[in-house]
Amino acid sequence: MNSVSEQEAALPAKGGLSPRKRQQIGRGAQYAVLVVVVVALVAIADWEQIRQNFLNGDVAAKGLPDLFTVALKNTVIYTVCGYLLGFVLGLPLALMRLSQVAPYRWIATGYIEIFRGLPALVIFLMIINLPIAFPGFEVPGEVYGQAALGLGLVSAAYMAETFRAGLQAVPKGQMEAARSLGMPHLRAMVSIIIPQAVRIVIPPLTNQLVLLFKDSSLVLFLGLTAGQVELAKFGNDQASTYASPTPIFVAGVTYLLITIPLGYVARRLEARQGAGR
Amino acid sequence: MSTVEIKDLHKSFGSLEVLKGIDFTVETGQVVCVIGPSGSGKSTLLRCVNLLEQPTSGRVVVEGIELTDPDVDIDAARRRLGMVFQQFNLFPHLTVVRNIMIAQERVLKRKRAEAERIARENLEKVGLLEKADAYPAQLSGGQQQRVAIARALAMNPTLMLFDEPTSALDPELVGDVLGVMRQLAEDGMTMLVVTHEMAFAREVADRVVFMDQGVIVEDGPPQQVIGDPQHERTREFLRRVLHPGD
Ligand SMILES: Nc1ncnc2c1ncn2[C@@H]1O[C@H](COP(=O)(O)OP(=O)(O)O)[C@@H](O)[C@H]1O
Ligand SMILES: [Mg+2]
Repeated sequence: MNSVSEQEAALPAKGGLSPRKRQQIGRGAQYAVLVVVVVALVAIADWEQIRQNFLNGDVAAKGLPDLFTVALKNTVIYTVCGYLLGFVLGLPLALMRLSQVAPYRWIATGYIEIFRGLPALVIFLMIINLPIAFPGFEVPGEVYGQAALGLGLVSAAYMAETFRAGLQAVPKGQMEAARSLGMPHLRAMVSIIIPQAVRIVIPPLTNQLVLLFKDSSLVLFLGLTAGQVELAKFGNDQASTYASPTPIFVAGVTYLLITIPLGYVARRLEARQGAGR
Repeated sequence: MSTVEIKDLHKSFGSLEVLKGIDFTVETGQVVCVIGPSGSGKSTLLRCVNLLEQPTSGRVVVEGIELTDPDVDIDAARRRLGMVFQQFNLFPHLTVVRNIMIAQERVLKRKRAEAERIARENLEKVGLLEKADAYPAQLSGGQQQRVAIARALAMNPTLMLFDEPTSALDPELVGDVLGVMRQLAEDGMTMLVVTHEMAFAREVADRVVFMDQGVIVEDGPPQQVIGDPQHERTREFLRRVLHPGD
């Protein structure tokens, strides 16, 4: 069947349709499918129900101001703490990954493989059980510390790979120029190579911030008090209190308020860097 | 006294032997130009002099210090050797004046004000004082290369190594860079220059070394090596460089 139509395409006179015409028909078909799907969805959906349940203004208003002063604030705190820890761990991991000393490379590679391979949720569940392995041990900062640890351990693995790519993207001549000026290797890394690598990785690191912002919702598995809730749990709790899914919808929109502009910034930075090279 | 002494220098990359026993010296205050076809090992030779490449065997002695001695502090030794690269290799994240200051501050431990004064002096020497606060990307290739020379000079080197410093430049920018190098030579700097600029070699060099396939084929004053070469390989190379397209 397929091969027959291909043969026909090779013989334009026979079918009587020019390639241009075929393209027009193909596009028309795509629009037709789209219209059918939209019409069907509109017909099936119960708009009154949706308005009452998902867009209930009264319920949404009850979430204020805690939505911002507690939930969003905590989400930002968890994300930023995890991100900073990821940064602080990720950079040395990247340097270890590129080290001349083989065991450093093995350790870094092992870490990266494990923490990129595990679901973040599993890591959180392990953190909760940490005191079993180390009796009496507690992560400092309670839930905030545990959240930062869980998010930081995961993002460190991704950031390490990003930093490694950034370090390798700095031209070899930069290290040679620094060494020829008498700088020891470490000094050249700190003053010349790392500052350039950090600039290169700013766009991907911004994307990582977006990912982490979403992953911060996993801290709800740590068991949060009312003062510690973040957006997702806040939405879920309010939804059960008022027996309405509106708070979940509101929490979703609040995530997008942050993630969409951040993603936009990352793309702008990327485009600017692409143009500057 | 000789500034540089190289004895029976060999360098291999894996099974590829790039330098096959190089012997030569550069006397203090001399300008030595190294010429030769591409791939003959000129850059590798230069990079062995400041140990950016580790020689496979042989000795490199700079100002009486044997750099090939494993106990030598190579970072300390390199401070006395300025290097100028074909691709300039300025630090793109730093302004021109910071490019020239950073190694002074971090390596020589000069105070910021002193490093800046010395940076500006050297920028003036290469005619680019007004570009002190520009970033490298805002400069032409010729200007970048002059900044690179100023950066090396700010470390008070006793020897300057140049690896085809004008090969990456548009033809109209070559003259400025050669002018700076000529001035340096007149001021008595000891220089080892890999170049394809035969006019420069003829006028400025005290000696010209012709390299081919990892060995020195001919070594002598420019009138001899360029003006009256003794070896067929040298004549063949000069024919191609001086009359391209024949
Ligand atoms: N780091 C390296 N690894 C492997 N081969 C190299 C390396 N550097 C140079 N070479 C080889 O050594 C030879 C000489 O190179 P080079 O010294 O750059 O020559 P030239 O500067 O005279 O053009 C070339 O064949 C080149 O491919
Ligand atoms: Mg070369």
